Amino acid sequence: MSKPNRLEVTLKSGLFDAEGDGVRKKAGKYFGIDTDSIRSINVLTIDVDLTDEQLIKIQTDIFTNPVTQVSSYTPLDIDFDWCIWVGFRPGVRDNAGSTAVEAIEDMLSVKFGENDAVYTSKRYCIKGSGMTAEDVDKIAGELLANDIIQQWKIFSNKEWSAKTGVGIIIPKVMLDHVPAVTTISIDSDATLAKISDERNLALNPNDIPTIRSYFLNEDVLADRKKVGLSEPTDLELEYISQGRSDHCNHNTFQGLFRYKGSAESDEEIIDNIFRICIKEPTLELKKKKDWVVSVLWDNAGVGKFDENHYYVITGETHNSPSNMEAYGGAITGIVGVYRDPLGTGLGSKLVMGSYGFCVGHRDYQGDLSPRLHPRRLLDGVIEGVRDGGNKSGIPTPFGQVLYHDGYMGKCLVFVTALGIMPARVCGAPAELKTTSPGELIIMCGGRVGKDGIHGVTASSEVFSENTPAGHVQIGDPYTQKKMHDFLLEARDECLIPFITDNGGGGLSSSVGESARFSNGCEVDLDKVPLKYEGLDQWEIWISESQERMTVAVRPEDLDRFMSLSKKHAVESTVIGKYTDSGKLHIKYNGKTCAYIDIDLLESGFPQWEFDAVWKTPEERGLLEPVIKSPSDFNALLPDMLSRPNICSKEWISRQYDHEVQGTSVIKPLVGVDRDVNSDASVIRPVLESNRGLAFSQSLLPAYSIIDAYHMTSCTIDEAVRRLIAVGADVDQIGGVDNFCWPNIQYDPLNNPDGKFKAAQLVRSCKALKDVCEAYEIPLLSGKDSMYVDGHLAGRYGETHKVSAPETIQFSASSVISDVAMCVTMDSKVPGDLVYVVGITRDELGGSEYYEHFGYTGLNIPQVQTESFSALYRSLSGAIEKEIVASVHGVYRGGLGVHLSMVAMGGGLGMAVDLSKVPAEAVTRNDTILFSESAGRFIVTIAPGHKDGFEAKFKGLPCACIGKVTENRKLNIMGIDKKTLVDLTVGQLKDAWKKPHGGLI
Amino acid sequence: MSNEVKVLVLAGYGLNCDNETAHAFSLAGAVPEKIHINALIDGSVDPSDFQIMAFGGGFSWGDDHGAGVVQAVRMKTNLGDKLLKFIDTGSLVIGICNGFQTLVNLGLLPGLDNDYQKRSVALTFNDCGNFRDDWVKLSVNSSSSCVFTNGIDTLDLPVRHGEGKFYADDTVLDRIEKDNQVVLRYADKNGMPANGRFPDNPNGSVNDIAGICDPTGRVFGLMPHPEAFNHWTNHPDWTRQKEISRRKGESVSGKQTDGNKIFTNAVNFVRAQ
Repeated sequence: MSKPNRLEVTLKSGLFDAEGDGVRKKAGKYFGIDTDSIRSINVLTIDVDLTDEQLIKIQTDIFTNPVTQVSSYTPLDIDFDWCIWVGFRPGVRDNAGSTAVEAIEDMLSVKFGENDAVYTSKRYCIKGSGMTAEDVDKIAGELLANDIIQQWKIFSNKEWSAKTGVGIIIPKVMLDHVPAVTTISIDSDATLAKISDERNLALNPNDIPTIRSYFLNEDVLADRKKVGLSEPTDLELEYISQGRSDHCNHNTFQGLFRYKGSAESDEEIIDNIFRICIKEPTLELKKKKDWVVSVLWDNAGVGKFDENHYYVITGETHNSPSNMEAYGGAITGIVGVYRDPLGTGLGSKLVMGSYGFCVGHRDYQGDLSPRLHPRRLLDGVIEGVRDGGNKSGIPTPFGQVLYHDGYMGKCLVFVTALGIMPARVCGAPAELKTTSPGELIIMCGGRVGKDGIHGVTASSEVFSENTPAGHVQIGDPYTQKKMHDFLLEARDECLIPFITDNGGGGLSSSVGESARFSNGCEVDLDKVPLKYEGLDQWEIWISESQERMTVAVRPEDLDRFMSLSKKHAVESTVIGKYTDSGKLHIKYNGKTCAYIDIDLLESGFPQWEFDAVWKTPEERGLLEPVIKSPSDFNALLPDMLSRPNICSKEWISRQYDHEVQGTSVIKPLVGVDRDVNSDASVIRPVLESNRGLAFSQSLLPAYSIIDAYHMTSCTIDEAVRRLIAVGADVDQIGGVDNFCWPNIQYDPLNNPDGKFKAAQLVRSCKALKDVCEAYEIPLLSGKDSMYVDGHLAGRYGETHKVSAPETIQFSASSVISDVAMCVTMDSKVPGDLVYVVGITRDELGGSEYYEHFGYTGLNIPQVQTESFSALYRSLSGAIEKEIVASVHGVYRGGLGVHLSMVAMGGGLGMAVDLSKVPAEAVTRNDTILFSESAGRFIVTIAPGHKDGFEAKFKGLPCACIGKVTENRKLNIMGIDKKTLVDLTVGQLKDAWKKPHGGLI
Repeated sequence: MSNEVKVLVLAGYGLNCDNETAHAFSLAGAVPEKIHINALIDGSVDPSDFQIMAFGGGFSWGDDHGAGVVQAVRMKTNLGDKLLKFIDTGSLVIGICNGFQTLVNLGLLPGLDNDYQKRSVALTFNDCGNFRDDWVKLSVNSSSSCVFTNGIDTLDLPVRHGEGKFYADDTVLDRIEKDNQVVLRYADKNGMPANGRFPDNPNGSVNDIAGICDPTGRVFGLMPHPEAFNHWTNHPDWTRQKEISRRKGESVSGKQTDGNKIFTNAVNFVRAQ
């Protein structure tokens, strides 16, 4: 049969179709559309000439499991009332299509030509009466497909032809375009500004004069003339645009802030927040702490794990793409951040990842219409990080989800990666790398297509209807895993003097930045392997097509490098060489299309400037609410446990492989029923060693509404306490800061509170500096994403700007000399004593408790670093002496929520007396139970360790408040000695699990 | 013959448990080597130099067309006879998770009537509809001839898969049950069969089947991951067990893990030959 052929594959009729049934359940739950059954069919459109014999062979031996499946080259006869077909749009990464090609080539010993391919798609057969075409379209458009990357067709039973089925749809990219370099007129600033708008270059207006003066400089002109250039080419301007984008260059953080702490106070000039609040404090700490190996210049930070190993850590966000296509954005994000440790030093093996999702409420029913409903968005990002992490073979033992309707403008998807490298590679320090003239530039991994073009500049802009959709991609963990294994083998054979990843900005960033080491490069763009023909030169240069690394290789090592590449089935291509010419020289078929001084991006551009004017909470009219203490705590506590940001999210943790690599020590879910969140995760990344690596994260954006300073300090404090609670070394804590902020550039019409948001950023950075200095936490890595705003349509066709609360995710890591010392948060044995460590204050401002009643309040929790540090050291000492049975930090929701967690974890009761809780100026039961004062822990110990434990805390706030009991009841006595709470652990757990109870 | 037990641990193409699988064999006293599938195919490594072959976990070829299917196709096409010879000469094969999926797609399991090429059982999508990571209790069929589970009654191990539901038609099912080729079953916390109940049976496997062997007991496939229980702190209850044992004056750190027992059995079997 001549091409194309369409093969349909489905489960045998007697077998349960979990995928189809999942769609049925969601259609019912999400939209109230009831269906009787849904069957799913996989469709392969095989666009290559094969004989009938060959077609039958691949049908039976590859694509159909004889035990469970049936298949046919004609439409499968499955009864339906409605049928939905969903396939990719042209140019969207089809991972299953690519592996189908590999399998067919291998089995039949054939080679697919340029115009041959396999395309995968799906068909869903829906049975049910009473559905309308609109209902079916809703299932297609809001559950099964996203119109940015997918197309769909709907057939009613009557419209269906048993012969033609869904028809033949070939989503092939065909670009009838001859690549050409365009020169761009820069006769005036206005012309260049206009071109910047037209081409989506997102050039900052202040940069335009600098760009023009460079290209108009006489020496530059004379140099350029020698290579046949005059005015800048499109490729050159795209290169500058990428390099100068806020995403790549961090202009905001390196900006100049005119800060006022209140309307009345004096102006303080802060010239470069990054330098003052992050770089200088970290470099000072590096001098003091010899475990800090490499910070602030590479793709990720490096700390010492043991004498022979370093660990590598970084965190990223992938907000804008995830906001448009949740699955694609999130999988691209996690797979992308995994390239950072791989491209740090001479390369690291990935050992762990984590996630943080900030989205609108799952059950949002208001008038605003985000592109994707928060529930759908969350489903998509969960699945994206799941497939990206699991298929990479990297455990995901930690993560958080936070609901706030401020994230409906743009969601946040945090992805964090940790790797491990030998301290030395072939005798040389593994954290160092450089390029040298004469070395070859090699691109490894995936091919280049139009995907991702203008991704970097889009994430530096507020999301609007005009944001180009082309930058949404789908990561391919399979291709990257092969590349990861290959590059580590090449590293160990001493073949890699330099490696970096292709992320934002593609080759433009990776080659541009790596060429600064050798001081020049020459690239032949026509050598870059493409997914399809027709890309302009500038598109090849800046495309963000995924799963690519840029590697320097000495010419004498090329053969060995390429033969390893072949063994691992990875594509590697020499695309140029490093030079010391001082120039970025790019050619296409021998003709120069860019010739720019390599240091242009590092010099001469104006600093961004911001007015930052804070208003104190009092100036903003924030007050403590007037509420009298409740009387029914037996109803209140379960309701607190059911709150969206407190309740169990087990269904997410269980979808993530947190055991692969065999390193798991403290899992995401712990306790007797293995279902309560641990404080932090611990892995044993070197299997031959008992040494551990501990990791935690925290997010507390609710406090920003009062003061981003305390939001930040509480966030850091929480991450630190999480580490301490599992037994991590207090002296080796490293941090990673991920800022996600709304736009801070003041505009009277579009951003009237820009100055306030800028001041919140200044205050957040000041807190970062203060707390990290006090706790001695060097910032191993960090990133910022500065435009977390969106314009959402409302009920009447109007739009609303929705800005996220100012958010910082803080990640903390440390080592543990012997994992056998680690502790979990669950109570262990009846009769054990329950202690509270740290002082409870009247700090309900911004708390879950106030939020529960719709209040904000004023008394925000404050971090008192000096007194907290003393407590943390004492507690660490007690953990090290192995005289504690459980340790749990007191976080969001306060003591009430976290005593419940300890009881639920242990599956044991607890009888406690609130009058014993160390407190300062607190006279009410509700304040003690729900205040979110920082610096606190709940500890249980064996009665025999009472003296030893208390001796550790001599003169410090630490008191025994009760006992662990056999009776599985949480019994809390109020300060008036009356019973406040009397609930079974079962009742607590039911309340805590109820909100997401049906999800698996 | 030297006392060295050599283990070939497959790697490459998206497999991702080769490191810890090799480590688990090392702990058991064997000498493992991680070998890229292509090194077997191009002949630079010969399987007959090894006594045990491990098909490990991962997402070979992304598992896009059924877990383990493309790996099985590539190995059958390029190595079919060498694999059959490997088994025929009395060597051991273990397939874990993706490796188990590959073994059933190769037909190396269940190997009924000495036919090691026929696909007659399958591992398909979990009934729960999702990838799932959880620890399970497994009961061992004491009548099974499987050499890997010798002397073991129950095991605690993690499962981590989206396609682990064991399925076969009634005829095949009756055969493997009757011949005691069913080695492991998902069980409740008391070690009794899970009877299909989620999450004790995490995927809806028929007859709670978690692992099977061939008629000789030398080819073994299982969905749970013994190599991920290579250290006593891998177990989800270890902090609790440690605390309770300490109160009794006992230590928990020295004991062999459930996972390591499986690899030790394999190595001991080879040594005894």
